[in-house]
Amino acid sequence: MLKSLYINPDKCTGCLQCEMACSYENEGIFNPSRSRIKVFTFHDAGRFVPYTCTQCDDAWCMKACPVEAIVFNAATGSKDVLNDRCVGCKVCTIACPFGTVNYNSASGKVIKCDLCGGNPQCAQACPTGAITYIDADATGLERMRAWADKINTQHAAA
Amino acid sequence: MAWTKQILRINLSNATVQVEPLNMEWARDYLGQRGLATRYFVEEVDPRVDALGPDNKLIMTTGPLTGTMASTGGRYSVITKSPLTGAIACSNSGGFIGAEMKNAGWDMIIFEGKAPSPVYLYVENDQVEILPADDLWGKSVWETDELIHQKHQDPQIRISCVGRSAEAGCLYSAIVNDLHRAAGRSGVGTVMASKNLKAVAIRGTKGVGNIKDPIRFMQQVAAQKKVLADNAVTGAGLPKYGTQVLMNVINEMGALPTRNMREVQFEGAHSVSGEAMHEPRKSDGKPNLTRNAGCFGCTIACGRISTIDQGHFSIKEKPEYWGNSGGLEYEAAWALGPDTGVDDLNALTYVNFLCNEDGMDPISFGATVAAAMELYEMGVITPEYTGGIELKFGSAEALVAVTELTARGEGFGKILGLGSKRMCELYGHPELSMTVKGQEFPAYDPRGIQGMGLTYATSNRGACHLRSYTVASEVLGIPIKTDPLATDGKPELVIAFQDATAAVDSSGLCLFTTFAWSLENIAPQIDAACEGDWSVEKCAEVGARIWNLERDFNMRAGLTGADDTLPKRLLKDAANVGPAKGLVAGLDVMLPKYYELRGWTADGQLTDATRQRYGLPG
Repeated sequence: MLKSLYINPDKCTGCLQCEMACSYENEGIFNPSRSRIKVFTFHDAGRFVPYTCTQCDDAWCMKACPVEAIVFNAATGSKDVLNDRCVGCKVCTIACPFGTVNYNSASGKVIKCDLCGGNPQCAQACPTGAITYIDADATGLERMRAWADKINTQHAAA
Repeated sequence: MAWTKQILRINLSNATVQVEPLNMEWARDYLGQRGLATRYFVEEVDPRVDALGPDNKLIMTTGPLTGTMASTGGRYSVITKSPLTGAIACSNSGGFIGAEMKNAGWDMIIFEGKAPSPVYLYVENDQVEILPADDLWGKSVWETDELIHQKHQDPQIRISCVGRSAEAGCLYSAIVNDLHRAAGRSGVGTVMASKNLKAVAIRGTKGVGNIKDPIRFMQQVAAQKKVLADNAVTGAGLPKYGTQVLMNVINEMGALPTRNMREVQFEGAHSVSGEAMHEPRKSDGKPNLTRNAGCFGCTIACGRISTIDQGHFSIKEKPEYWGNSGGLEYEAAWALGPDTGVDDLNALTYVNFLCNEDGMDPISFGATVAAAMELYEMGVITPEYTGGIELKFGSAEALVAVTELTARGEGFGKILGLGSKRMCELYGHPELSMTVKGQEFPAYDPRGIQGMGLTYATSNRGACHLRSYTVASEVLGIPIKTDPLATDGKPELVIAFQDATAAVDSSGLCLFTTFAWSLENIAPQIDAACEGDWSVEKCAEVGARIWNLERDFNMRAGLTGADDTLPKRLLKDAANVGPAKGLVAGLDVMLPKYYELRGWTADGQLTDATRQRYGLPG
């Protein structure tokens, strides 16, 4: 079964455990500035929203790369950066409409989410279930269930 | 390891920046943060220094676990000599700037001297600059935060700064970081402003590494996160209600100080409680509480994010306050609410916003307003003094009006900015000041929770609940239930809590973990991260060493055992209702035993033997 990250901002408290888990897995150090997943704070609205690569099927970053350094991982569906091939030209960072491919000035390469090879550490670390790794064909299931429950409750109350 | 092993020394008088290696010998004895920075402070500062003079220093400090993935590992502290108490000040804050400082590569920043004109410190990893802040002076915390972000065109900078209250000399001004977290108590913000230091802005991208045993550390982190998640307080009560979970509980115990501690129960407690923050408002159907929020790395997330009813009198004409910001925590809600007799949740949320916006400790501020209200009702303070404000207990309008004045350092707010002790002395009624060592009490009446009486009296920073939170044991049964009305066993309990707390603070973790964790859960995380041996016993010993070091500084600063006392109201006037009815705070039986167990003399002085036992500086 192909899995996908599913993010529910309603559950996010903005603690950045995901950013630390991500940077630790990928860089061996706790460093939110090198995380592939970012949590955004919307202060006035009182909301925290984690955001990362959604692994487009038709991946613009992959298409834009002039040296074929971004490759499709058939096992996870992720688009992975091959560090030994990446030349740091940053064209992929321009091509990505979502901003989820970023340049790392320390390494001279780009970084993006690779789903940790199928065991995303952000989802493991999240204390509230705001980030989960679930069936890619059923990411709407939780929301459907919530609405089903709401309609059912209204029906019962009527 | 886990320390970056580098500190910054900023001399504001000469505008110099110096990089120094961390004293690792001291790190082994004092761990980090509160303990280690106090060790530096004691070495470098004359205890009798004028707290607001250029010779006082101010240290911003992280712990070895700050910036790591250990749950709640985002804390930092500010250590200085307090202008409110004349004792050592150590104010701890969460939010994100502590981790940012660590990510920039610094364990600690020591500020000395006084800048000739307003400045702010900008740190981007190794790039450290003292920049002019003339345009920031006179601005609130919230304006300053926005202006610095604009100036550097970097939304990811983390900022600690002082507001207008500190500039005006309010003696309990806080240093606010990340808009609504604060190193709140003892006037650390007043000291910062006295140095013409408006803000510290940090951007760190180096990361936090140097973990001694990374595999063991990550195993510990995961296991201990689970302990927090499975615990009823840290896994359910705190995320849902925040510390405000306590309002109704403490009120029912008859330990909720009310109207300047004249009473021990508040009839309006429910309407300002954590439960009430969830109830939909009649006006717009929205609850006060929007959601809970976590500080850096925190898997508890007790923080409150709230709104005020847009139709409320306090903000009807002020759309800038219609959005979300940091909501009420228990101590703030108590001081601004029950202690002043105000039961209007919207008013309390608004004045709490103002405390954040201009950097005031809401505990000391609320308690000072409460004392002023009592003086007003006695006719000692008149409308002439207040500029026409009718400062009666229970008046939300009066509370809002004096908060706006004190936040900006205007009018009667200048008197309130003196704090309860100096204000009550000014009006000839020192007995009405509910303070220890000049610092206002927090939200637990020691007649109904006896351990807290000893806690307040012996706290090294004046009345404070965060030096030995025996409420955990006496009310919640953590780690074991003790009788809140009894004095037996409380000296032992207070000492154990004081020592463990000093160790927890010094690690960079949050004290709130200790509803679920003991040193048994914390020491293994420190040990996996830090070089050296960090057993439970070693941590407790480090805690005791820190406690004695702080005490030693205070004694050298001129405090004595006579300062380890409580206001007469608590020692002589028995509680009038509730479970503690008929009881006074039993300090007279607890204090001598406490001194004896601490190894101090009968008048509370350290002995040479105690100094030697902990290896304290001569």
